[in-house]
Amino acid sequence: MRETIILRIVGKALVPFILLFALYVQFHGDYGPGGGFQAGVIFAAGLILHALIFGLDSLREKVPPIVVEVGIALGALLYAGVGVVSMLMGGEFLHYGMLDTHDMAHGQHLGILLVELGVGITVTFVMVAIFYAFAGRSRQ
Amino acid sequence: MGEQAMGAAIEASLFLLMIVLAVVIARLRSLFAAAMLFGIFSLLAAGMQTMMDAVDVAFTEAAVGAGISTVLFLGALGLTTSNETRPLHHRVIGLAVVTATGLLLAYGTLDMPAYGDPNAPIHRHVAPHYLVDSSAEIGIPNVVTSVLASYRGYDTYGETTVVLTAAVGAILLLGGFVTRSGDPDRRDGDGEGA
Repeated sequence: MRETIILRIVGKALVPFILLFALYVQFHGDYGPGGGFQAGVIFAAGLILHALIFGLDSLREKVPPIVVEVGIALGALLYAGVGVVSMLMGGEFLHYGMLDTHDMAHGQHLGILLVELGVGITVTFVMVAIFYAFAGRSRQ
Repeated sequence: MGEQAMGAAIEASLFLLMIVLAVVIARLRSLFAAAMLFGIFSLLAAGMQTMMDAVDVAFTEAAVGAGISTVLFLGALGLTTSNETRPLHHRVIGLAVVTATGLLLAYGTLDMPAYGDPNAPIHRHVAPHYLVDSSAEIGIPNVVTSVLASYRGYDTYGETTVVLTAAVGAILLLGGFVTRSGDPDRRDGDGEGA
């Protein structure tokens, strides 16, 4: 499969657009369908497509397992962090309105953007981690 | 009226294709073909959810069901075998259980409000508040995002934690990121006992 030239060329051309589309879904989730979860899955699908065409080791070089491990926790930490910050600003846990004391709606918007980013980061790396766990395991 | 008839026709053909696919998948012995057909089944389900105006759900179904799950199925097949062994029990038992469960579920829907009924309890509780006030309170047009990320932000936080836990479980159960080529100086190469 890795020697198939059509797969290599088409895959190489497609992967950047898939990743870009994932970013669009991530940051356009406030206005259209989509959000962190869908964006994370699509981003991971782009990375996994790269691994399917160019081999697992090629993806491991670009996204090392340590990055995946840290990324899994980082997204959830960002989400929880937004909650803690809104507590420090005097609100309840995850009360994003507190993030901007002058304009509650703006604070909400900012909070949603950040927590969706957290979801996106966690989901991306979780999917890649599960793929690594499956694909990296040799047949016993 | 013409638009409604076309919608019904699309829904009916999606349903029909899904039923045909389900029967074919149940009868297939080749797990590789079944994994591929599962992907198509998910795509049809996503089409169905789009017809029901649940675009966000359809999006997730297409990305997860047709995309990632298929890859993970294939990954799992690579570790085991791609042909189903002979079933231990007679197939009639399975068919009877599935039919009974299906009939029970269908019976359960008889008590539910009709599809799209504006007076259904779910549309009379907090939904009107979200639809009317969310643009002033949150200021973003996609109400689904407002509900998921803000009004129910705590739930979504829990879900993110669940996803994280799933990855931790997969890493622990499948023995970490074991590499096929067995590079000795990889930093996660230790602690993999077996």
